[in-house]
Parts: sequence; C-alpha cells; structure tokens
Amino acid sequence: MKRSRTMKIAPVAGLAAIAMLAAACGSGGGSSSTASGSNAKPGASAPGITASSITIGSTQPLTGPAAPGYSEISQASEAYFQYVNAHGGVFGRKINYIVKNDQYNPSVTSTMTRQLVLNDNVFADFDALGTPTHLAVAPFLNSEKVPDIFVASGCECWNAPSTWPQTFGWQLDYVREGKILGNYVKTKFPGQKVGIFYQNDEFGLDGVKGLSYELPAKSIVAKEPYDATNTAVGPAVAKLKASGAQVVVSFSIPAFTALLKLNALGLSFNPTLVVSDVGSDAITLGGLLQAFAAQSHKKVIGNQLTQGIITDGYLPSLGTVSTNTWLQLFQKIHTQYISKLPFDGNVEYGMAVAYSFLQAMEKAGKNPTRADLLTAIQGGISEGAAVSPYAYSSTNHLGATGAYMGTIENGVLVQQGPVLITDTSPTGAITSDTTPQPPAPASGIPTP
Amino acid sequence: MTLLKNLAVTVLVGIVLLILSYRIGSFRDYELAEVAAYVTAVGGLTMLVGISGQISIGHGAFMFIGAYVAALLLQHLHWPVSLLIIAAAAACAAAGGIVGLAAARLRGPYLAGATLMLAVALPEIAGRYQGVFGGDQGLDINVTVPASLGANFQLTQWLAWVSCLAALITLLLLANLMRSRVGRSWRAVRDDEVAAALSGLNVARLQIMAFVVSAACAGVGGALLAIVLANVSPGTFTLTLSIALLTAAVLGGLGSLAGAVWGTLLFVFVPSFLTNVAQSHGLNSSASSSVPIAAYGVVLIVVMLVFPAGIQGAVRRLLGIAAPAAGAPLNVLRRQAPAPDPKEKTTTALVGTAPPEKGKGTT
Repeated sequence: MKRSRTMKIAPVAGLAAIAMLAAACGSGGGSSSTASGSNAKPGASAPGITASSITIGSTQPLTGPAAPGYSEISQASEAYFQYVNAHGGVFGRKINYIVKNDQYNPSVTSTMTRQLVLNDNVFADFDALGTPTHLAVAPFLNSEKVPDIFVASGCECWNAPSTWPQTFGWQLDYVREGKILGNYVKTKFPGQKVGIFYQNDEFGLDGVKGLSYELPAKSIVAKEPYDATNTAVGPAVAKLKASGAQVVVSFSIPAFTALLKLNALGLSFNPTLVVSDVGSDAITLGGLLQAFAAQSHKKVIGNQLTQGIITDGYLPSLGTVSTNTWLQLFQKIHTQYISKLPFDGNVEYGMAVAYSFLQAMEKAGKNPTRADLLTAIQGGISEGAAVSPYAYSSTNHLGATGAYMGTIENGVLVQQGPVLITDTSPTGAITSDTTPQPPAPASGIPTP
Repeated sequence: MTLLKNLAVTVLVGIVLLILSYRIGSFRDYELAEVAAYVTAVGGLTMLVGISGQISIGHGAFMFIGAYVAALLLQHLHWPVSLLIIAAAAACAAAGGIVGLAAARLRGPYLAGATLMLAVALPEIAGRYQGVFGGDQGLDINVTVPASLGANFQLTQWLAWVSCLAALITLLLLANLMRSRVGRSWRAVRDDEVAAALSGLNVARLQIMAFVVSAACAGVGGALLAIVLANVSPGTFTLTLSIALLTAAVLGGLGSLAGAVWGTLLFVFVPSFLTNVAQSHGLNSSASSSVPIAAYGVVLIVVMLVFPAGIQGAVRRLLGIAAPAAGAPLNVLRRQAPAPDPKEKTTTALVGTAPPEKGKGTT
C-alpha cells in the first residue's frame, strides 16, 4: 500500500518540475541580454534604440470596463507614429510602439510593464493609462531607471522629482483643473450654494482639493463621493438636492456624469452643472445618456441633456476644427490611418500626447540616452497641441498648466473666454494666458 | 517513507528551478515567481475542491487577506520576508476557519454563493478604509535583495527564489497531508458524508479543517504575489481572479497538485501567448486584444471536452499511471447536494409536490 502511494507522488513532482521549466520558457524568446551604452553599436545609444528604430511601450485598457473610449487613445498615438515613420521618423529612426492590454487591472499592469522593460527592452514607458494601474508600477520603473513619461492620468502624484525622477505627467492635473473650475464658479455664481459630486479616489480627491483652494468654505453645502464600482448614485444625488445646492461641480468619469444627470432629472433637480474635462467629452456623454435611459425604457436625446453643461478643456475644442491647425493635422492622420474610430476627444488626446513625445525625442538629440530624454523634458517642452504651456522643469514633473472654460452646445464644447493658467499651490493666482497657441507644423513633425 | 520520497522530489525540483533561475533572464524569473505564487493558491484550492469535496469561488479573497497582511506588516513593522509569509498564512488560516464554520453547514450552490460573496465584498474594504489600506492605489511592498548576495544580484531572481521555495514547501506539506490519515478522511467525507459519519469521522470538523488549510495556502500565495508585484491593490483581487483560480484547478485536474501547476501555467501563459500570436499576425490592437479572450474560451472548452479529468488526468492516462484510488474528482462539481438527514429528504419531497397542488387549488 505504502509503496503504491509513493509511486504516485514521484511522477507528479517530476512533472511539476517540467511544468516549471515550461513556464520559464513559456512564451518564447527569453533573452537576458541588456543593451548597454558603452559597448553598443553606433546609433544604439540606449536600451530600445537602434540605428533605425526607437522602441517604446505602454499599458492601456484595451478590454474591460475602462476600455470604451480609452482604447482609442493608443490607436491614435500609434496612427501618429505611423504617420511620422512614413515621413522620415525621428532622426531617421522609426518609432516602434508596443501596447500591452492591462485591462485596467494593476496586477496585469505590473506583469505587462515588466515584460516591456525586462523582455522587450523598451527605451521608455509612454502614456501608460490610469492612476491605480500606474501607481503599481511607478516604483519599479524608477528603480530600473526607465523613463516613465506622460502618464495618462491627471494625478498630482506624478510630480515627485526626488522620489520618482523618471516619472512625468502630461495632461492638466486635477488640482489645477479644480482651481480653474472653482474660480469660475466663484466669479460667475457668487453667493450660490455649491454641491460637489466626486469619484472617491485620487482623481476626485485631487479635484476637490483644487476646488477648495478657490471656493469659499461656506459656499460648499455638500460633498458627495461615489465609488466607480457602484452605479447606484441615487442617494448621493438626493443628498445634493436636499442640501439646496444651486451649482453642482462634478469630478466624475463620463458614465457617472451621465448617471448624475439622469438621477437629477428623476428628482426634478436642475442645478447648474459644472463637469471636469475627463467626464465631459460631449460625444461620449451623449451616447452614454441615451444608452442608460434606454436601459430604463426611456428615450432621451443625448445632445439635449448635455446642452448647457459647463466644463473646461486643455486641448483645442473639437468644434474649432475649421480654424485650428492642430485639429486639421489630427483629422488628416485620422482619416488616413484610423478612419473607423470616431474623431473624438480620446483620439485628439492620443495624437496630442504623441506629438509631445516627438518634441522630447527631437530635443534629446541624435543619439539619446535615457538620461538625455529626462534632461530634455526637464529643460522644458515648448507649447504644442495643448492650449497652455507645459510646466516641466527639474523641480516640476507636471505637464499642461491651464485650460479654457466653455459650455456644451448642440453636442460641441464651445470655448468661452481666454485660456486660464495656474499652479498647484493653494494661493497661486489664476491668470489669462495671452500668448496664442502656436500653429501645428505643416509636416506634423516638431523641429528641435 | 512517503515523507522522505516527497522531500527528495521537492529538493530535486528545487535544484532544477535554482539552476533555471540563473539561465532564463530577468523577465522569465519574474514570471517564474508569479507562477509559483499562483500555484500555491491553486494547490490549496484543488485540495479543497478535489479532496475534501467543498467548493470555493472566493479564494481570491484569501489571497487579498494574505497580500495585505504581508504589506501592512512590512510597512509598519519591517518584518523579514519569511515571517511575512508565515503571518499571511496564519491570518488566512484564521479567516478560513471562520468561513469554514459557515462552509461546513452549506452545500453545493449555497457554498459557492457564500464564497462568491466573499470574493466580491472583501476587496471593497480597501476602498472603505483608505487610511489603512491606501484605497484603489493600494500599498507598496518593496523587498530588497539581501546584501550577502552582492549589489548586482537581480531582484527578480531573488523573488523567484523566495516564491519558488515557499511554493515548494507548501506543495510538499499539502502532498503529505493529502496522503495522510487526514487526507483519507477528507476523501471519505467527499464521497459519502453519511458513511463517513457512521465510520466515526467528525464531518464538520474535517470540512472546517480543509478550509483552514486551503485558505492558508491562498494566504501564502497572496503574500508571494504581493512581494512579486511590489504592490497590493484591490484591483488585483477581483472576482475574475477567484474564478481564474478555480478554472486553473479544474483544468489541471481537481485534487492533483501537478494538475494545479498545469492549470496555473495555462491561465498565466495562454492568454499572453495568444495575444502575441494575434499581434504578430498584424491584427489591429482592438482585435488583437479581443481575439485572445475568445481563443482562451475555446481552449478551455476543448480541454474540458478532450480531458474531462483535467490535464493531469490526461498525462496519467498517457503515462499509464492509475488514477488515485479516490476516483474521478470531477464528480464533486456535478454531484447533487447530499442529504445526510432523512428529514431533509422528506422536506424536499414535500416541496417538490407542493406547486401542483397549489395550482389545482387556484384553478
């Protein structure tokens, strides 16, 4: 009896060993080579850079709950890089953009980012999307000294030059955005009661922080958080109504902006609605409003419900495509490479951030090292596709510094007033940006 | 003798893995560490389902507990890695005991439902108490390479060592436990609770014990995963993880530790392999991200159709090794809830006949 039992264990354990071996060789091509700058071939100045190519990587939610809308961003960046590659590349090098699907799950982000760095030897992690997902890998990227540039999230946390020297934000951070929205409410609706509806994470909390820097404390009558995993926002909206708020400022993703609007309608609660840029893309929002209303067998017209929503924008408004050279450039590339996608705010974002990467690479020089790229960004990136200047310096790793205010009219964001710029401090003034946005280079490729 | 032989095999596997860790490069080391972490949890689960006959769709929640216990202890008390893993196992054993108390009273779909609730609800705690658990962003957990290994020693290789060692020890203990008197008792309970009770076995105590052991394994897995990922956040421990663990156990062959390894390899590598294939065939990124999910589904269906006893069952058949005396473990999932109490049977019968009578009354 005893013998027969032991007989079974031996092959089992042996197989385990073989299996582990298989694991190790799993998806093939395991190489432990790490490129080094000193004895590399001419032109191969850093990991991921050869004489003819620059390899960069990113983690994006291509499937899963965050995918709708956001999955377009990396496709738009990729389209922009294809366009640049077809027009000579960066110093003759073609950009090879590896996008990994992390499903907006931090553990998958961890694995995919390690694959990009340790296996694919990327030069930099570019535009990795999401606050919780990217927080899981920022320490790793910094310890490996991999440039972690232009994270697709407005978290103020990317600005940590001493602990995370490799990490840079890009889009308007939520603190600045909160200040600009708060300032607008304070000046346009003086003395009115303000309610705040916000996502219960860094995104919403940073936004509330910015708002509280500008709005008088006594004017804020309610602060109602929501969890991104719980769509039952009815009670929160009821509390906002009960507080008597005349203006509701919302730091929400598009789905929850739509839920806020529909729940408020159900309660005959019609405050002035002020929504952060992230949650107010008119095309996405209109579609969501119609879809949600249809679920409860009601028919609404999205454009009617988004009418009059006040928001801000840090990229040119899609309504100005006839006059804005950046949007014209983006639309040309969109038509040529990704015409199946809608030409919306996500596509605009993906192309605009790709342009900033090109600016940084051009500035980093002909044979850049990873350190050269950081020095280039810290030396400042000139204003490009965003409507405000970038804040980059050796002590500041945040990007866009301002936005314009506007209202959604007939499904299009219409700019009102000048671009407003500010900093992230509680007392920093909000000033008008009088320098007009420079036009896009006709070639689409920045000059160093 | 069994103990000695298992020990010898474990040491052998350990040596193979040690050599391997030097030869496969940083990223493969990382993957090795990750697989070892999952194998630990799946091993405990396959024992629970395949040997003791209870089901859990909530093992991701135990991994969650293990991971956060390790992260918090490292952050506040700076415990060494070995103690972190032991503490995680202990905490999960306690949690498993509490769940086991309920589990011993529940059968089949009811037990599945209760554990499912655990998987859904528990990670929400991290969002509720942001001060302690860091909310969505979670906690960082940074393990460093011991100074004795030298400054240039790769962190990923060290993590692979830690993870594989912990996994091997856990699997060794599990293998011995499953072959012991306790393991035999679990099988007896699994096959027929009434007969087991009549033979003098304490059915409830055995079932709780199985839950405790299995949860402790998941705790070790969770702590390892936290150390390997260098971060714990609720997004890691979703319901999807719990279901993936169960899928791995079933695919590999329930009740078999080697099967746990097969199943884990499948769920870790097949999706990423398929993604690579899809991308290299020039599909655009939205198609190449959806195709692997569909293809993975097809792989799961094919494996279950072709190898109903799991991959390990197929391997056994191929090598001509007899299946364990315990019989086909898959029956556990198909088997109806046993009715140990004759009273219960009568109730079911009554309920079964009730609706037609009611119908007569109203017409």
